[in-house]
Amino acid sequence: MKQITTLDRMKAPVMARNWASELMGFLQTQWKAVVVFVPFFWLLVFFLAPFFIILKISLAESLIASPPFSPLFEWAEDGVMSIRIIFDNYSYLWEDELYLNTYLSSLKISTISTVICLLLGYPMAYAIVRSPPTTKNILLMMVILPFWTSFLLRVYAWMGLLADQGLVNDFLIWAGFIETPVRLMYSHFAVYVGIVYTYVPFMILPLYANMEKLDMELHEAAADLGSKPTTTFFTITLPLTWPGIVAGSLLVFIPATGEFVIPDLLGGGNVLMIGRVLFNEFHANHDWPVASAVAIALLILLVVPMMLYQRVQAKETESD
Amino acid sequence: MSSQDEFEDQPWLDPDAVPFISIRGVTKKFGDFVAVDSVDLDIYQGELFCLLGGSGCGKTTLLRMLAGFETPSSGSIFIDGVEMSNVPPYERPVNMMFQSYALFPHMNVEKNVAYGLKRDGVPKEEINLRVAEMLSMVELTDFSQRKPHQLSGGQRQRVALARALIKRPKVLLLDEPLAALDKRLREQTQFELMNIQEKLGVTFVVVTHDQEEAMTLSTRIAVMDAGEFEQIGSPTEIYEYPDSRMVADFIGSINMFEGRVTQNSSDHISVSGSEEDIEFFVDYGMSIKDGNKVWVAVRPEKMRLSKEPPTAKKANQIKGMVQDIGYLGDISIYRIKLASDRVIDVTVPNQIRPKDGKHVAYWEDEVYLDWDAASAIVLTR
Repeated sequence: MKQITTLDRMKAPVMARNWASELMGFLQTQWKAVVVFVPFFWLLVFFLAPFFIILKISLAESLIASPPFSPLFEWAEDGVMSIRIIFDNYSYLWEDELYLNTYLSSLKISTISTVICLLLGYPMAYAIVRSPPTTKNILLMMVILPFWTSFLLRVYAWMGLLADQGLVNDFLIWAGFIETPVRLMYSHFAVYVGIVYTYVPFMILPLYANMEKLDMELHEAAADLGSKPTTTFFTITLPLTWPGIVAGSLLVFIPATGEFVIPDLLGGGNVLMIGRVLFNEFHANHDWPVASAVAIALLILLVVPMMLYQRVQAKETESD
Repeated sequence: MSSQDEFEDQPWLDPDAVPFISIRGVTKKFGDFVAVDSVDLDIYQGELFCLLGGSGCGKTTLLRMLAGFETPSSGSIFIDGVEMSNVPPYERPVNMMFQSYALFPHMNVEKNVAYGLKRDGVPKEEINLRVAEMLSMVELTDFSQRKPHQLSGGQRQRVALARALIKRPKVLLLDEPLAALDKRLREQTQFELMNIQEKLGVTFVVVTHDQEEAMTLSTRIAVMDAGEFEQIGSPTEIYEYPDSRMVADFIGSINMFEGRVTQNSSDHISVSGSEEDIEFFVDYGMSIKDGNKVWVAVRPEKMRLSKEPPTAKKANQIKGMVQDIGYLGDISIYRIKLASDRVIDVTVPNQIRPKDGKHVAYWEDEVYLDWDAASAIVLTR
């Protein structure tokens, strides 16, 4: 017995070393797989799983219980599993005009906001790229600076600015443009100001990254071949910065469509946006299945056009 | 022989010729830095003119002013008689080939080449015809549907050339046209460029830092340094008769000796070396006073190397010791250490295949160098 234990004791470090070196060997050859798999697994668990839970709830029935919805699978008494799928929540979304109008209103607000962000962000990104290196860093810093403060706090600050007795109205009265305060808060205007203010950095940064790669000599080459500045913009600059425009627009459009805080705080009841409806379904109505259906429908509304676009893009690059 | 025939290849010698490009007192400043310092230059129709110089000498700035990407701080540029100050790049009768080629990455070869014609509103059929013609000239017909990133360096260079020539410009500006190509391709392309220039009769203005390239290509070379022209002349003039140490040093290699003039007459100059024990005898006269400091330059290939002392000759010779031999195949470079400890280069053509590695001289051998009175150059600056 004693002999065996000594032998084991001698063996143990050797085995540990083998195990460690095997792991190192595995990492050395398979590091790409590891690097991809870990974040992928993370996304799978924390993105896909909640999605399926929401999908499941959206197919259930609302109950006054805890949890407040009917189970999807049920074991019948004789050991047979029964599955109950209810599409009522989705048809309800279609039947009640409120939802359709809210979707359309959300899409309209996020589309217009994206266009404004693009019109503001494109020249800004271009100017930043063309400025000297030191100025460039300062300007980029200033674009990122708002992220250092809480998003919520910044929206509250806008409430202060846009209020009847707020800074903007005070200034306009002081300057003599108006005599009585103008209603700025709780309007579409306030929501646009909030969304554009919040999301314009998401437009500028991908555009900046894209334009940084743009070879300014191409503009000279175009001018040399007889192209006026506006023609150069449409034939050279715009096509080459298109990927940046798409990336920036998606980064603005997608979160803006589902935005809740800005329409809730700046728009009040006057601005219909899907984020608010979703929130109300969950909390005020306590109707989790309908709320889940609203969320899933929004997802489909956003993802399907994007997938179509990607397929077109892929085909174009293939034909190159 | 009419005057026109007489000067056909050398229009700059014809007093009646009208220059095609006229640069008058042009200065370009970037802040405090003077890139181009009040230069004057005439370039004639059909010339292949090279601006040659090291980096930062102002050659590219001058070219960019011709293209219209930079405006002169003072002075004026005339192209075909028109003052160019207020003419934007897109209205100038010049086209440029960029060093980086600046091909549009999102367009295929055909569209890159057609770009200039489309901007001018040329009818579609004519565009197609001219593009096809141009692509066949640069031998890229089979690649018309490729994007720039699918081409080799040499092919991209030819697309850039085709794109710059398609509008039949009066002047083609080329910024280091061959710098990005490997040696073999560069040599081949040099001759292609010359053929195209001759065929189309376009005036070429080439910027280069490569003296060999400038020598092969050009009708005339302007050697630039610190924003000014050091010398303007044909390749032979620049090489055989440089008029400053800077030019002599920049073009090819050269052995330079400091000395003082001992005798100066209408048909020769005698110079006595300051550092080395050499008596120079140069077979042309210059207006220099006796006793003045000058430099005598002799190119390595113009020196003869032998192990026997030259007979009955006192001037234009010196003794030295072989320090190093560089065998380059066609020639060998001998590095000769003189009594003054200076090392000079002599090149010897390997006319006969060295048997068993047998060279004219060996390491540590004592050798004699001599040269003809017609081979040395006297420089005063």
